[in-house]
Amino acid sequence: MLRVDVSKQLGEFSVEASFASEGRVTGLFGASGAGKSSLINMIAGLLQPDRGVISIDGETLDNTAEHIHIPVHRRRIGYVFQDARLFPHLDVRHNLDYGRRMNRLADDPAARKRVIDLLDIGNLLDRRPGRLSGGERHRVALGRALLSQPRLLLLDEPLSSLDEERKEEILPYLMRLRDEAGIPMVYVSHDAAELRQLATEIVMLRRGRVTAFGGAEVLPPAVSPA
Amino acid sequence: MFDISPTEWTAIQLSLRVATVATLVATPLGIAVAWLLARREFWGKSVVDAIIHLPLVLPPVVTGYLLLLTFGRRGLVGTWLADHLGLVFAFRWTGAALACGIMSFPLLVRPIRLSIEAVDQRLEQAAGTLGATPWRVFLSVTLPLALPGVLGGMVLGFAKAIGEFGATITFVSNIPGETQTISSAIYSLIQTPDGDTAALRLVVVSVLIAMAALIASEWFAQRATQRLHGN
Repeated sequence: MLRVDVSKQLGEFSVEASFASEGRVTGLFGASGAGKSSLINMIAGLLQPDRGVISIDGETLDNTAEHIHIPVHRRRIGYVFQDARLFPHLDVRHNLDYGRRMNRLADDPAARKRVIDLLDIGNLLDRRPGRLSGGERHRVALGRALLSQPRLLLLDEPLSSLDEERKEEILPYLMRLRDEAGIPMVYVSHDAAELRQLATEIVMLRRGRVTAFGGAEVLPPAVSPA
Repeated sequence: MFDISPTEWTAIQLSLRVATVATLVATPLGIAVAWLLARREFWGKSVVDAIIHLPLVLPPVVTGYLLLLTFGRRGLVGTWLADHLGLVFAFRWTGAALACGIMSFPLLVRPIRLSIEAVDQRLEQAAGTLGATPWRVFLSVTLPLALPGVLGGMVLGFAKAIGEFGATITFVSNIPGETQTISSAIYSLIQTPDGDTAALRLVVVSVLIAMAALIASEWFAQRATQRLHGN
């Protein structure tokens, strides 16, 4: 269970959001500038809330009243960035292995093989990120986050920088991930159609405020993808 | 013409040793300073920046004299180091290395700082979300990506250290076998009536060393760039 109740002033803009989600995939939906990225950056620990509480499964990550702010690297929250952010100096194999090494986890060839098969990236292992297509890069970023064994996975518009064809390439992997990996996810998107396919719960954001919470029915009708 | 005498050999070897030691000792410090200047805001940052660049604009003889006052036998730091660590700089090759290290420090720091500034901080954030502590982020992401700048800075610093003259001769004098580097040997030879050919030999040697350093730096930079651009 993910609990978020935070406020943050960012220049002229402010985020004040409160929700609790039990879902396998919590969709954060809103137009660009609605505060989606700020919100997941706070969950990740990259941004510190001015006030409020963030907790996962009862464990506090942020509590401003008690001056608790667990640093990014101790949160065990995987983050798949919009721009993938693979390490350019490491090949795919070492990018995938990075989280395991940093968390000092034991080598688990079976888990690695499962993720590599799930994402179909076995033939890319010796390549550098510079030699990958956009879609391949996103799959590797997804695998890298998964293999750090996070307890929550944040995905920040992982498809928005891709063309339709590439989106269709990645979407099935995300659905398999939701159904097979057993890691709860927060999925940020401005695309209602995408969330309808993936999310089990929706948090709708507008100008930094939560305007609706519920199942896919809170999304705008399919005919007008806002 | 190309019969290098033992005295000249000694000066060449000493120069190489002084510059190597100066560069190797200054590099970790230079990386730390470059990182601070590139990534941290702190009170007095512009003063730190100015102090580092001071040797570049001060007359070398002033820097050398300040070193003599500080690290000389009667200098405050010099006395303490001699008493407690047995480390003596005055009129020793170690003093030449200290002078060269300080004189070349701004040239060493600058490329490192620029290349750290060029490292995408979003990659460092990504490393953090994967569980890397700030120190390990630095070692596994920032430093490898800044490597071209580090190597460039080292080569530039080394080349400057090899050619350093004013501060060195002021601080540790010009003692053959102890503090006489290529530069101070050339200086002595020019003042000797028939030293011209010997001076010319050393000139050729220092041109060769400088060329080799520049070619090496270019080679390192190219290799590092290839590594970074992921092909």
